[in-house]
Amino acid sequence: MADEERLEVRKTYKLFIGGKFPRTESGRSYLVTEGKGGKPLANACRASRKDVRDAVVAARAAFPTWAGMTAYNRGQILYRIAEMLEGRREQFADEVSRSEGRSRKAAGAEVGKAIDRWVWYAGWADKLAQVFGSSNPVAGPYFNFSVPEPTGVVGVVAPPDSSLLGLVSRLAPVIAGGNTAVVLAAEQRPLPAITLAEVLATSDLPSGVVNLLTGFTAELIGPLAAHMDVNALDLAGLDLALFRDAELAAAESVKRVVAPVNLPAKAWLDDASGQDPYWIAAFLETKTVWHPIGG
Amino acid sequence: MATTPVRLAEAGDGFLRQIELGPILSRFAVDQVGVTERAAALAKRSIKKTSKVAALRLAVAVMDLTTLEGADTPGKVEALCAKARRPDPADPMVPPVAAACVYPTMVATAKTALAGSGVRVASVATAFPSGQSSLRVRLADVEDAVAAGADEIDMVINRGAFLSGRHREVFDEIVAVKGACGAAHLKVILETGELGTYDNVRRASVLAMAAGADFIKTSTGKVQPAATLPVALVMLEAIRDFHERTGRMVGFKPAGGVRSAKQAIQHLILVNETLGPDWLTPERYRIGASSLLNDCLMQLAKERTGRYQSADYFSKD
Amino acid sequence: MTDQTPVPAASTLETLDLGYAPAPEATDHVRIRDHYGLLIGGKWVDPASGKGFKTVNPATEVVLAEVAEAGEEDVDLAVKAARAAYDKLWSKTSGTQRAKYLFRVARVLQERAREFAVLETIDGGKPIKESRDVDLPLAAAHFFYYAGWADKLDYAFPGRSPRPLGVAAQVIPWNFPLLMAAWKLAPALAAGNTVVLKPAETTPLTALLLGQVLEQAELPPGVVNILTGAGATGAALVAHPDVDKVAFTGSTEVGKAIQRTLAGSGTRLTLELGGKAANIVFDDAPIDQAIEGIVNGIYFNQGHVCCAGSRLLVQESIAEPLIAKLKRRMATLRVGDPLDKNTDVGAINSRQQLDRIEELVASGEAEGAELYQSPCDLPARGFWFRPTVFTGVAQSHRIAQEEIFGPVLSVLTFRTPAEAVEKANNTPYGLSAGVWTDKGSRILDLASRLRAGVVWANTFNRFDPTSPFGGYKESGFGREGGLHGLAPYLDLS
Repeated sequence: MADEERLEVRKTYKLFIGGKFPRTESGRSYLVTEGKGGKPLANACRASRKDVRDAVVAARAAFPTWAGMTAYNRGQILYRIAEMLEGRREQFADEVSRSEGRSRKAAGAEVGKAIDRWVWYAGWADKLAQVFGSSNPVAGPYFNFSVPEPTGVVGVVAPPDSSLLGLVSRLAPVIAGGNTAVVLAAEQRPLPAITLAEVLATSDLPSGVVNLLTGFTAELIGPLAAHMDVNALDLAGLDLALFRDAELAAAESVKRVVAPVNLPAKAWLDDASGQDPYWIAAFLETKTVWHPIGG
Repeated sequence: MATTPVRLAEAGDGFLRQIELGPILSRFAVDQVGVTERAAALAKRSIKKTSKVAALRLAVAVMDLTTLEGADTPGKVEALCAKARRPDPADPMVPPVAAACVYPTMVATAKTALAGSGVRVASVATAFPSGQSSLRVRLADVEDAVAAGADEIDMVINRGAFLSGRHREVFDEIVAVKGACGAAHLKVILETGELGTYDNVRRASVLAMAAGADFIKTSTGKVQPAATLPVALVMLEAIRDFHERTGRMVGFKPAGGVRSAKQAIQHLILVNETLGPDWLTPERYRIGASSLLNDCLMQLAKERTGRYQSADYFSKD
Repeated sequence: MTDQTPVPAASTLETLDLGYAPAPEATDHVRIRDHYGLLIGGKWVDPASGKGFKTVNPATEVVLAEVAEAGEEDVDLAVKAARAAYDKLWSKTSGTQRAKYLFRVARVLQERAREFAVLETIDGGKPIKESRDVDLPLAAAHFFYYAGWADKLDYAFPGRSPRPLGVAAQVIPWNFPLLMAAWKLAPALAAGNTVVLKPAETTPLTALLLGQVLEQAELPPGVVNILTGAGATGAALVAHPDVDKVAFTGSTEVGKAIQRTLAGSGTRLTLELGGKAANIVFDDAPIDQAIEGIVNGIYFNQGHVCCAGSRLLVQESIAEPLIAKLKRRMATLRVGDPLDKNTDVGAINSRQQLDRIEELVASGEAEGAELYQSPCDLPARGFWFRPTVFTGVAQSHRIAQEEIFGPVLSVLTFRTPAEAVEKANNTPYGLSAGVWTDKGSRILDLASRLRAGVVWANTFNRFDPTSPFGGYKESGFGREGGLHGLAPYLDLS
């Protein structure tokens, strides 16, 4: 008895909706394995269309708060995410290594880059309006300016191969601009995403700004793309075979759609291909305000 | 309106309080760009053929033909009056002007020269144009002009008091002048070029009307800018709202800077579209001018003959 | 000596009322051909099918011309011509050279402005004062503005070296026919793309005249191709597999159909769709200018304006006097002959549009809103609708929700700024909004909270080539105008 090996306490991986970690309302799960067809890692929630609905409701509810914050404040919170992630580097390196079936060293580099990427986007929050906004010299006695504003609720399909860095690289630009997000985690590698949610939940990010679902992308993309309260879709991580149907559904509420990009996993490690302020701009609206100039 | 000046004065206090409660009249916000654009849009109305002839004759009929110079003499005033009663002997359809407008010392001369013509005599008073004399002196100025036979008094408001926020004082002075006018009609000059903002123009317009003005008038002609179209529009809108609220039809007189027939027609269009045809009469509308008359006559001659005209064919008075 | 000549009788002054005599714009310098072909590859050609349709003057119902109806074969030829021009020529033409072509076009438009204005009015029914003072100057200004960008693209987008996309398919509406053509063509050409343009079937003539102007400017053949036709032509064009970029301005319904057509293709798309803008008037507003803004907001161009201020949200405390003022102002609107320089409201663009307006107005009455219309006479022939305002409108009424695209205003009231914002945003559209108040901080607060691409504060319906324009939500995506208007025509990757 005395030599008994301590039994590990395993984590139950759940969804992340409205700042809470509920199980899927459907009660379903699916087995996640190490690498491709490797040994079993955990059961992940197999979210349902109703979970999509709940996540969108949470994202919509959080939108006014997040969009209404000062850009400075949003930047600070994104930086806080980097800080929290830094403190859990080891844990993420282990998890990414297992999820992706890659070396511990490679996974560690990926985690480091994911942290740096939050820092990079944190810095963008209060520069967007100066880079993407303008003062417009109209031919008349009017003061006219254009400011970028967040589009609203954005559905994000995380890249399938890069479980943490790919996800961060697509999610950070969406929320840096003030949008709220409903994320479909990489179907085969969802565990680092859920662990990232634990970081988000402790980083002063208001509840509901990021909502994260695990499950079968083919099952969830339909209700997400068709949801009338979703304003835009980042389909960068979507299988090309699902793209057309998703965009067909998206047209019903004239969603802004970013098409699948199919980047190889290592491309996310390269700053030249893995980060871009124009990815923030893809989910920004330009608002133009006119006012007369007179005494 | 049967309301006498005295009754108005007594009611003044309560009236001011009352209009403060009015949802429209007590608002003085005027957007400069908006009013300028509206005036410019109306100025683009195209007045052709019969409408143009009617408008030109109307411009003559509502004219306060004016001479207000230090060098004015009885001879000058008599010449002006001759022109006033018969602007174009060659065209029997051209009406006489509404009034001749002169300094108080010239009222008697004008009165004699215009006897029997129906053309009225208007006199500037109240230490015109600055108004920078004591109220006692200003009232005496009015009394002199009225005694000399002036049918109408064109007073200036106390801009110093207005701009320093002493609106009550401005109001009371207008009431006093109205009292001194007796039967003479009172035109209240705001001197809009000194008021600085359209908000002030609107505020002063309401104040003058509430104090008993029969007409409100833009300018003395001695300060620029004077009767611009946007200023006229702001004052016309104030008159319209005052009428809506009180039932009193206050007249309007743009003066200063209206030199061409085209400008005069633009002013008439402003009245037509803001107050309607009820105001297109000498009873409620005047244009204060001097050189304008000949341009109207030339344009009328052009419409009559089809030929563009030369100034050599029209008397300079 | 006193002149005692009798004065003329007062009777000469009887006609003091300034009833404006007709002031028709001259039309003798505008020549409309009997028949118009398609502009493909620099040649005016008949459509493969030989089919055509008639375009009429909506103010008189008189047929103006027979216009070619492009079918799929013609679409294919036009896209091929645009592709060839792009590959062989335009993509190799320097920015400076492209700029100079566009400057030329701007100048020719200015030189022939009145001809275009008259034609626009004849074909579309809009008042000459609007085509003359708004559509034409702005159309020329758009070419002038984007001309200057053509050789400065490297400075437009930080960190990027922009490249053109290729062939752009552009489908434009009938409400601002020439101006929309300018909005589409100028940035596309400045960016280095070639174009196939499809004007609306009820208003093809100014786009066709623009085709002649492009020839006059010696724009190389095939750089701009113009296909006339109706919905089927547009559908064939946007569905063509060799199109790299689609830009559409029109109804939300058609916009969604185009987005579905392009689903999964990766073809770049921008949409400028419908709207149901709130024009919000607070009790401290500059009231007479607000009245002008309300009138301009909904009666400008007969209300055929996607960003029209079709919902008036007025603070309850001033609703009654404001509506009284509005009605009084409406009575001065001059409705009738669009060619008369004094006409404020012209003809409804088509029988079909008139039917839609009439149907929605009937629904407003049936739902219990109170109708007021300008007391004006309407011409016997042509398509007309009186300037109309509905009071007592509930947010749930169809006239408060659906885009009428006509001279019909729905009035709702609010009590607080928060309620105004809530009502204003309570729509699937998000193109524009108006705010009228004398309080600066409130303007900025509302401007940030209104979910609309353009917010006009203490003004309405102002446009400028430097000013980005476009919608939130179902009003579409992408911007036209300004630096932002270049991006949809460039590959920034």
